[in-house]
Amino acid sequence: MSNFLPPSIQAVLPNIIQLIYLVATGIFIFGIKRLGSPATARSGNQLAALGMLIGVVVTLFDQQILSFEYIIGGIVVGSAIGMFAAKKVEMTAMPEMVAIFNGFGGGASALVAWGEFSRAVDPAAFATQDLVTIGLSILIGSITFTGSFIAFGKLKGFISGNPITFPGHNIFNALLTLGTLGLVGWLAYDPASQLIFWLLFGIALLLGILTVIPIGGADMPVVISLLNSYSGLAASMAGFVINNNLLIISGALVGAAGLILTNIMCQAMNRTLTNVLFGAFGGDGGSGSGPAADTDKTVRETTPDDVALQCAYAKKVAIVPGYGLAVAQAQHALKEVVDKLEKRGVEVKYGIHPVAGRMPGHMNVLLAEADVPYDQLYDMEQINPEFKSTDVVLIIGANDVVNPVAKTEPGSPIYGMPVMNVDEADRTIIFKRSLSPGFAGIDNPLFYEESNQMFFGDAKDSLQALAKSLDEV
Amino acid sequence: MSGLIFNLFIFVLASFVGFELISKVPPTLHTPLMSGANAISGITILGALIVAGQTDNQTAQIIGFAAIVFATINVVGGFMVTDRMLEMFKKKDKNDE
Repeated sequence: MSNFLPPSIQAVLPNIIQLIYLVATGIFIFGIKRLGSPATARSGNQLAALGMLIGVVVTLFDQQILSFEYIIGGIVVGSAIGMFAAKKVEMTAMPEMVAIFNGFGGGASALVAWGEFSRAVDPAAFATQDLVTIGLSILIGSITFTGSFIAFGKLKGFISGNPITFPGHNIFNALLTLGTLGLVGWLAYDPASQLIFWLLFGIALLLGILTVIPIGGADMPVVISLLNSYSGLAASMAGFVINNNLLIISGALVGAAGLILTNIMCQAMNRTLTNVLFGAFGGDGGSGSGPAADTDKTVRETTPDDVALQCAYAKKVAIVPGYGLAVAQAQHALKEVVDKLEKRGVEVKYGIHPVAGRMPGHMNVLLAEADVPYDQLYDMEQINPEFKSTDVVLIIGANDVVNPVAKTEPGSPIYGMPVMNVDEADRTIIFKRSLSPGFAGIDNPLFYEESNQMFFGDAKDSLQALAKSLDEV
Repeated sequence: MSGLIFNLFIFVLASFVGFELISKVPPTLHTPLMSGANAISGITILGALIVAGQTDNQTAQIIGFAAIVFATINVVGGFMVTDRMLEMFKKKDKNDE
């Protein structure tokens, strides 16, 4: 588009473009900062989108850009798909959505590097450092691409959520990783070799599949965060390839964000990143690797009327929701119950475990969708000291995050994982389909506690029945 | 200072800014943060524009086209879905009885 401008402006155009990139960088940083508080988050996201728009428009004036058919076509197709997906997706499916968008971002970065490489008449004319960045960009971008699609498949259930491994899997992956790094070096040494280039591309794509497939469905939140970080890194690498600071900076910001969230998720599950990536732990439930519920222990079953009575005359009720709530689409029914309790003057708080849901903060989004105000949601650290003074805790579709074994049994796989101290409350009521163990396949002794009652059934049906009973109390 | 070293400086400093900015985000916002950050990683679209818009090589243009499609899905979808989520985050309405 630059040729529409008068020659005097064209002469300084590259500098103008760089300065506007600097403005866009500032807008991104400011936007991310505003994403850090619920009151300003929406405007922060919109600011970031504005920064992106500025970056795109200004780039169209780049003197290298001479034809627009492919650009217009690509933007139209991509926008249509993106808009459609963003409008249609269910909030419960957010993790899959983020995973797949991630994959596209990483894939785009790999393609940019490939395009730059194939555009050159003579690849040998590239400086060594450019070839290294092209190789790394293809490597990280491709791993992000295929890895994200595997994560998507696991979350969607297309691929088994159980860890899929073969003997020597970790060693094989380690060798492949070293191999790809070697190929990046080789490409820099011998850029004219098509074979090396394609080998690097192919193995990088394969590596993405092989690194994610051995990871259990329950660990997907960590994987998504990590892949998010990778997609930022890939963008940053693409920035090195085309020598663009806006890409380098934005990519680094995203890379840092992903890394922090990965770390938070690992801490919340009491796992190290190495253990998540190489431990092949945590199936998708179903397989029930844990011991079956002991038959000689007894549980106390309860009824909607009884629960209604206990809650209606309580001073303080806490609610601990888990992913089961979302699966049953019971958020709205829950909100109805809470509204009724609040009308009676009962103090109600939601306690949200950091890994409730399928990605960090997922439960908060699901409850926000059901119009639960965010200031009623409490983080685990905030609500844990309050359970002692809580009369009734309703645990809906959550299991492992309230399992006291994590505090008491050093032998348990979840020992040390921070859990909600619901056992300190006067009474706990667990809404659950059956006594089956959760994701981690570990029996929950809380079920058999004196102070606990089980409310069996589908979460939505149970909550609707409870709402009805509350009217009659 | 060579271009690569200069770019490395920028990369490292930007990473530190990222760590500072994001480590204070409350858990409530982690999902929108991740999806918003994800949209920002679609910044790679700028590179895609250049690859698709140059006229040196047609194969590269087609690769650039694919890159634009991928990156645009990431950008447009990412920002829109984040907006959809954040729109739902509401404070407790004090007038609500």
